[in-house]
Amino acid sequence: MPALSLTMPNRFQPGRVAIWLLLLAGGLVMITPLLFMFSTSLKDASEVYDLRLVPAHPTLDNYVTVLSDGRFLRWFGNSLGIATAVTLSNVFFDSLVGYTLAKFQFRGRYIVFLAILSTLMIPTEMLVIPWYVMARNFGWLDTYWGIMFPGMMTAFGTFLMKQFFETVPDDFLEAARIDGLNEFSIFWRIAMPLVTPALSALAIFTFLSNWTAFIWPLIVTTSKELYTLPVGLSSFAVESQIQWELIMTGAALATLPTLTVFLVLQRYIVRGVVMAGLKG
Amino acid sequence: MPIQQETSGGRFWGGLSLRRKQVVWAWAFLAVPILFYALIRFYPTIEAFYLSTTNWNLFSKPGFVGLANFQRLWADVVFWQVFRNTVLYLAIGTPVSLILAFTIAYHLDRVRFLHGFIRALYFLPFLTTAAAMAWVWRWFYQPVPIGMINDLLSSFGLPQQPFLRSTSQALPSVLAPAIWAGLGFQVVIFLAGLRAIPNTYYEAARIDGVSNLTILRRITIPLLKPTIIFLVVFSSIGFLRIFDQVYNMTSGDPGGPLNATKPLVLMIYQTAFSSFEMGYAAAQTVVLFLVLLAVSFLQLRLLRDR
Repeated sequence: MPALSLTMPNRFQPGRVAIWLLLLAGGLVMITPLLFMFSTSLKDASEVYDLRLVPAHPTLDNYVTVLSDGRFLRWFGNSLGIATAVTLSNVFFDSLVGYTLAKFQFRGRYIVFLAILSTLMIPTEMLVIPWYVMARNFGWLDTYWGIMFPGMMTAFGTFLMKQFFETVPDDFLEAARIDGLNEFSIFWRIAMPLVTPALSALAIFTFLSNWTAFIWPLIVTTSKELYTLPVGLSSFAVESQIQWELIMTGAALATLPTLTVFLVLQRYIVRGVVMAGLKG
Repeated sequence: MPIQQETSGGRFWGGLSLRRKQVVWAWAFLAVPILFYALIRFYPTIEAFYLSTTNWNLFSKPGFVGLANFQRLWADVVFWQVFRNTVLYLAIGTPVSLILAFTIAYHLDRVRFLHGFIRALYFLPFLTTAAAMAWVWRWFYQPVPIGMINDLLSSFGLPQQPFLRSTSQALPSVLAPAIWAGLGFQVVIFLAGLRAIPNTYYEAARIDGVSNLTILRRITIPLLKPTIIFLVVFSSIGFLRIFDQVYNMTSGDPGGPLNATKPLVLMIYQTAFSSFEMGYAAAQTVVLFLVLLAVSFLQLRLLRDR
């Protein structure tokens, strides 16, 4: 990495400073939509058209309005519960399959791996119609399970975990085997703790993509109580088209959790995204 | 002591060799997942192909119509408009976002002062919900006095722009938030790729007195190839499947004026879940699948060879 500027601390480089300022300005432009979203969520209806970033009379009334409606809390809870459940399922099953494919010798292993990997080529949009039919036949339409079932395992996560389990030395597992642990305990108690960084990468990615998922929850739910936050917000915005301050409050509520978690765990999240991105 | 556990499984289990036991364990671990993949991935894939050859409307029994759905698509004016839009999302979105992301990452890589803070500024939009942010951007695009962009333009004495209401501006207006939201991810991946290039290459080049531009062209970009391939394929797939932004920015007039922003996935959604023409929609999903496959293969080919 070109770190030459570091080795020459005394030479003032106007070019470097200009680039730094440009980068900072670009970064501020990037978060402008977020700043205005939060700012507007703190304004009352008469102030929405005043485009100053800092509200003259900041108020939490919009949050009170939106949250006391009850629907938002419900949608928020739905999203949280669904994203958490799907994430746990992925962490367990993707790891289990990745571990088996990485650490067991058996005939058919390669075919199973290729078959799972091949599903990466199939776009979700191609599957939504059959999934809808399946959900209708099984009575899963408009249920939590209906929202969750397609995402319980992913080929992406399986591939990611297989890559990481391959780096776990066989000696550890062999030692546990000699100690008489059964295969599941070896997986769960020995191998899993050794790949914690990969597990958190998988968890971050799965949670984020389920928290923001839109098209499938939109298709499979019809009653408002079962909407996830993005779908609920979308329907809410359509029915209250003019009330931008309330729409912005809803958008802020959908964004706040991920932003807060990021600000607390910044280092781990960036590392997790890099891991998942580069391995995937 | 632990031997007891081994034998507790009965005579059959006890009689198996260690290797055979491993095979049994492996298939036991894979049982539920195999069932899942067969039922939730493979069977639906086959069913999608099958449905694309039927005239099913969800209520009657599906009837086989051969390739009629595809013939209908070929003759459908809206489909070609949608196809053109989808290609535009891909053809503008991928290069613009990648060049922006690379430029930012390349310079950010050399910055020490507040590096983490500036990186966070670029990364934050990646953590937002597309459906929510579409509404924020929609608000920006409103006419005066609501919309911020038009307000800014008019304060400079510039003419108002229709943005989402115009057939020519609507598509780029929808694309902008999509590029914005994914940029941070690409920057972070590029940064990781740049970090992975060993310092010694650069030192050697410096000693030889090679210019910055040559270093970029001869060292940095060739060594970044795996990262570039990944991001090109990953982001192309994203732009080809664009939906959340379009659906939320043009609700009320889905697909924008004269379908100016309608992508393939929105057409699929409407055909299947508003018109209930499941067979016709399935045919559209098959087209999406083939386009995705073709684009990925083409890119892998082109980028590998160079």
